[in-house]
Amino acid sequence: MSARRIFARPARFAAIAPYLWMVLFFLVPFGFVLKISLSQTAIAQPPYTPVFDFTEGRAALAAAFAQLSFDNFRLLLQDNLYILSYLRSLVVAVTSTVVLLLIGYPIAYGMARLPQRWQGVAMMLVIVPFWTSFLIRIYAWINILQHDGLLNQILLALHIVSAPVVWLSTDSAMYLGIVYSYLPFMILPLYATLSKMDASLLEAAGDLGASPLQAFWLVTFPLSLPGVGAGALLCFIPIVGEFVIPDLLAGSNSLMIGQTLWLEFFTNKDWPVASAAAVALLLLLVPPLVLYDRLQRRQLAGGR
Amino acid sequence: MPLLRIEGVAKSFGNFRAVDQLSLDIRAGEFFALLGPSGCGKTTLLRMLAGFETADEGRILLGGSDIAQVLPHERPVNMMFQNYALFPHLSVRDNIAFGLRRAGMARRDIATRVAEMVALVKLEGLEKRKPDQLSGGQRQRVALARSLARRPQVLLLDEPLAALDKKLRESTQGELMELQRRLGMTFIIVTHDQEEAMTMAGRIGVMDAGRLVQVATPRNLYEAPASRWIAEFVGDINLFNGQIAARENGRLTVSTAEAGALAVSELWPPVTKEMVSVGIRPEKVKLSRRAPASDAGASQTINRLEGVVTDVNYLGGVTSYRVKLETGAVVRSSMANTARLDVDAYLAGQRVVAWFTADDCLVLEQ
Repeated sequence: MSARRIFARPARFAAIAPYLWMVLFFLVPFGFVLKISLSQTAIAQPPYTPVFDFTEGRAALAAAFAQLSFDNFRLLLQDNLYILSYLRSLVVAVTSTVVLLLIGYPIAYGMARLPQRWQGVAMMLVIVPFWTSFLIRIYAWINILQHDGLLNQILLALHIVSAPVVWLSTDSAMYLGIVYSYLPFMILPLYATLSKMDASLLEAAGDLGASPLQAFWLVTFPLSLPGVGAGALLCFIPIVGEFVIPDLLAGSNSLMIGQTLWLEFFTNKDWPVASAAAVALLLLLVPPLVLYDRLQRRQLAGGR
Repeated sequence: MPLLRIEGVAKSFGNFRAVDQLSLDIRAGEFFALLGPSGCGKTTLLRMLAGFETADEGRILLGGSDIAQVLPHERPVNMMFQNYALFPHLSVRDNIAFGLRRAGMARRDIATRVAEMVALVKLEGLEKRKPDQLSGGQRQRVALARSLARRPQVLLLDEPLAALDKKLRESTQGELMELQRRLGMTFIIVTHDQEEAMTMAGRIGVMDAGRLVQVATPRNLYEAPASRWIAEFVGDINLFNGQIAARENGRLTVSTAEAGALAVSELWPPVTKEMVSVGIRPEKVKLSRRAPASDAGASQTINRLEGVVTDVNYLGGVTSYRVKLETGAVVRSSMANTARLDVDAYLAGQRVVAWFTADDCLVLEQ
């Protein structure tokens, strides 16, 4: 099919637009990263070999191709720095997601049960922090948490502690930063499912002898699972790759994979290993995505 | 002692008085219909019986004890919702078993009861389906089975057939009646469809603006409506406003501007006002080419109105006619098509006499 015919039909173009976007801005860059991850580091510009040169002819290209290897991926497995970073990322992401769910669900539930005219206000309150730059908000937390920061001042004034507590550069500070930053991403999908739930279902549950608590567990919660899945995924995946928050708020004794990537890339100038780490991270995130997709499909087929 | 006694119950939403000082007794085993236009408070009353709304005033007694403070999940009353409110994530079987599990019934007994309910509403083979894999009629049956499974003392049905098409609605009406007779349960149905109420219910309570305006059997509601509003709300009626001119042994003469002097049999209790409306149902107005003679022997007084047929609507079972009188008033008549071929049918433009007996007239206060 010629390009002209595609553009002659706006509807058809609209249908392929997302694929075009994916190819241009995801698949092509991913190809570059994948290629670099199979290369070797070199003191050169760019800092890796081989470099494909499409002007040198087919033989040179084949020779360059032959130089590609999985050595960097082997390194990821051998040096436990990488495995530990991955594990820490997973632990941090799972823990944060669970905490986000525990905090976000009651908030979303409360929002969905507000009178209609207050729901918009509540929604605004959830979104308003986005109007300030993410980085500025994290720096604000640094201010609050530092040695002579607001938190310690209040704790001292109230005589809850006798000496300033070290908050900064701890895992608690990092979890606080992550939960604070990602809370809207958890609340919004949960609110979307909870607010469109049919109130008569809860009445029916009550009518059939379920106490309000039973009605919640047997009706509201199962029906909100798509929202739980969407919110958890929306938080979990970016948290796994999170760099800024752990770098600014956590201590430096254990790194998340995002920080390790940064180190390899900017400090060590080892682009191939950094790329290999990035590719491995992507592959690790595929199973939860597939699982989620499968769950959602089953729900769609099963009943709504 | 009636099974259910509603005493002076009132409920307001803000300034709107949804139910206003309403009292009603419902006997055990009765099929009772609450009929009224939308916004008349019938659903609010039903929701108070179910426990979803609390009454501002008055008492609701079930089997002699006040249930005002009993929470919905503790009432021996179940409700079938207008939109069915089936749990979308549960199968037919789990929907029906929901109430039984909450009641703490033994697993084996639940299985038996569910099977019994599935058979009752003829849903065999569909137990594992989810609600969205069922047709509208099947969903309606699941909702019915679910609300019957706990064997409630009273089953409340909120517009249970509104979502079904006409044919299915009619067959389901029959099935509901049959079910109610077989189970001997008390059914209270809320509907805005008077035909549905008349078909199914033993007694009908008509509601308007939060009040119960008449409680009667279907026949009495139609043939002896308590007010002009009810006469117009239930079925079709021709109304002529006038003044009582004479009154002698149960026979009134009402002089009307539109139809002249009309002879009307007085109903019990007698009207107290002078300004009245004479009502006559269209199927009681007969048309003929010549005026029929009064049958003096049967002391049947006949009212005759001369006019011209303006509209003829053939509806299958009946044909309805509009006859314009010389005064400009219109009288509607509907006559059963008792023969397939009718060479004598009236045509538009034809001069006819519309006639009806004094006994068929209703005299209503304006």
